[in-house]
Amino acid sequence: MKMKASQIVMECLLEQGVDTVFGYPGGTILEIYDEFERNGYGKRIRHILTSHEQGASHAADGYARSTGKVGVCFATSGPGATNLVTGIATAYMDSSPVVFITVNVGESLIGKDSFQEVDITGITMPITKCNYLVRRGEDLADVIREAFAIARNGRPGPVLIDILKNVTYEMVEYEPLPLSEHHRHGKLGRLIARDSHDLKAVEPDHEDVDGLVTLLGDCKKPLILVGGGVIRSRGAVREFRKFFEKLGAPVASTVMGGGACPGNHPQFTGMIGMHGNHASNLASNECDLLLAIGCRFSDRVTCDVNTFAPDACVVHIDIDRAEIDKNVLTSHHIIGDARRVLELLNERIEDQTYDFSEWAEYVLSHKEPELEHDESKLLPHEILETVSRLTDGNAIIATDVGQHQMWSCQYYHFNRPGQLLTSGGFGTMGFGYGAAFGAKLGNPQQVVVHCTGDGCFRMNCHEMATVQHYDIPVITIIFNNHTLGMVRQWQTLIYGQRYSNTTLDRGPDFVKLAEAYGIKGYRVTNVAEFEAAFKEALESGHAAVIDAMLDMDEMVHPMVSGGSPVTNFLLD
Amino acid sequence: MPTITAAATRQTLSVLVDNNAGVLSQVSRLFSRKGYNIESLAVGTTDSPEVSRITIEVMADDLQTKQIMSQLSKLFPVRSVKRLESAYSIRRELVLIKVKAETRDVRNEVIQIANIFRASIIDVSLGSITLAVIGTESKDEAIEGLLKEFGILELARTGMVALERGQYTLNEESKVKGEYDYGKRML
Repeated sequence: MKMKASQIVMECLLEQGVDTVFGYPGGTILEIYDEFERNGYGKRIRHILTSHEQGASHAADGYARSTGKVGVCFATSGPGATNLVTGIATAYMDSSPVVFITVNVGESLIGKDSFQEVDITGITMPITKCNYLVRRGEDLADVIREAFAIARNGRPGPVLIDILKNVTYEMVEYEPLPLSEHHRHGKLGRLIARDSHDLKAVEPDHEDVDGLVTLLGDCKKPLILVGGGVIRSRGAVREFRKFFEKLGAPVASTVMGGGACPGNHPQFTGMIGMHGNHASNLASNECDLLLAIGCRFSDRVTCDVNTFAPDACVVHIDIDRAEIDKNVLTSHHIIGDARRVLELLNERIEDQTYDFSEWAEYVLSHKEPELEHDESKLLPHEILETVSRLTDGNAIIATDVGQHQMWSCQYYHFNRPGQLLTSGGFGTMGFGYGAAFGAKLGNPQQVVVHCTGDGCFRMNCHEMATVQHYDIPVITIIFNNHTLGMVRQWQTLIYGQRYSNTTLDRGPDFVKLAEAYGIKGYRVTNVAEFEAAFKEALESGHAAVIDAMLDMDEMVHPMVSGGSPVTNFLLD
Repeated sequence: MPTITAAATRQTLSVLVDNNAGVLSQVSRLFSRKGYNIESLAVGTTDSPEVSRITIEVMADDLQTKQIMSQLSKLFPVRSVKRLESAYSIRRELVLIKVKAETRDVRNEVIQIANIFRASIIDVSLGSITLAVIGTESKDEAIEGLLKEFGILELARTGMVALERGQYTLNEESKVKGEYDYGKRML
């Protein structure tokens, strides 16, 4: 049947089962926004209007990470589109599936430096899995179907669709097509026929899997390093747990792998890398087999890449061929989806074949002892332990970037994928608030806590308007130390205590600010006050902001300085 | 862990891509992002109007080349990527050279050089001769060096194009093949 292209956008979103869209309207995208009212699509697809496009981009990302579904974000041309850029890059670095839809100026104005015109497909080329400029109404449905398939399959990632304004009001033929049929039609069908890993789960090479089983039989001191790939691969966590429990080897995790191995599991050595646990870093240094699953050996993990895992045979399992040998040279690799590779491994490994208990015990004995408590001040780990206790360790934690992020990763024990939402790759300050309310909308049954710093919260705190308007019960905890804590930590340790432009000795008063937005604010200076405030916020069922006052010189322990071996701790 | 040995040599990559706008910039961007210098790049359509062939020459070692190839394969418009080993491939470049030739003697001498190199003379004026040479870099450099004596007014090259020797072709199936064979027998 013939319909307006703007309506096709809505129909295609419904084909994909989209129920929530985050966005911000503007001149060129009006036709699409009109569909929410004109044809009543607003009743079937909930649109969340944020304060800023960046907030919308992070919200769609947080929604995607926490639900495993594809997030959707709308923005207008020009500044609307460029405001998405940080959000797109954040999603790209952490392989989060989000489809961004922008509308550019019309064909007659393209290339003329028209009002609010920008080449957004050119700008986002390096930070999207794929992007499209739609110049003909007939192509639209095909492109949207392809975009969702690409965002979701293989190694997930963001895709951007830029539609010309004149296309949005073209009348074109639309054939409804159920999701299960998409892969058989159009250009998507042809792409899939090419049999690429990017779109299709290609069976891992069984010989490669057998090779790994042989290596496991020969090694004495294996270490499993789990990354975000196990989180993104649906159903992989169950297989992963079966696998590492059969093996009995110690398990370390990257930031993005948080939740793949339960935080309190006896085999878990904690996070690895710059702020990694002693046990994890030591194990990586001494192991004779490093089995990395779905991680990409970022510089924050390896620190000095040339001395990383010096005695190990490195085995890499990844869905993305381009990750193999990119940062760390491997001795063996398996290309494939984490879940499928782990399934094949589990089929080949019997219970109690291996005994690495002595090695595991040795490694785990280096896990740091319980942290001390200081009556005179509020300590970051106390905040997180309290949150963990009051939420039974089940809350979704969205963080911004810096000290509070590392503390959240270290002290809140994650038990399942999608529980930790953090900008691990791109390190985007201001990511957390959007991600938190995006996650809450996708998971209304879960408690969502937004951990942030006073620097990060300033970056996107205007989203309090969104949270208040839609009454999204997200609890924000500001780890307020009146400084850009992580940068200050570097300045203290590396830059001779010259605190250049990191001290935040200025407003606003976050409690008053929250109240100005109609959100309950608390200021707390000790654990008891924090616990009371958090409990009250939890019970209220509404959003809250807790301004937790910390000492300015609180540091993240341990710390390895960038570019030195992972066992050279600058701070213990 | 083995260390990376930096033995960069000139690598020829043949890439089949969808013949769409923006594909070339997507491909060339990869090289600038990774910091590899493109020595030569040539694009043109193939026998199928939907498909273009990009021939890229880059200075890279073995690992870097594999990395470039896997990154290229990730791009959706890329149909297949193949590294052409010099022993099993033929490479040619077309160079147009406009030489200053204002006297009869000079013109004769330039024509003689052209004959020796089997270059064709494609334009003559009272002040200049323009030659077209087809060859690999050694031949092109040799004739260029000789003609410098007379004064080269302008020079343009197409960039190297290459094909495999014999009946082997680069087709769509090699993309999946490459993904399976990575590290065992990279195409």
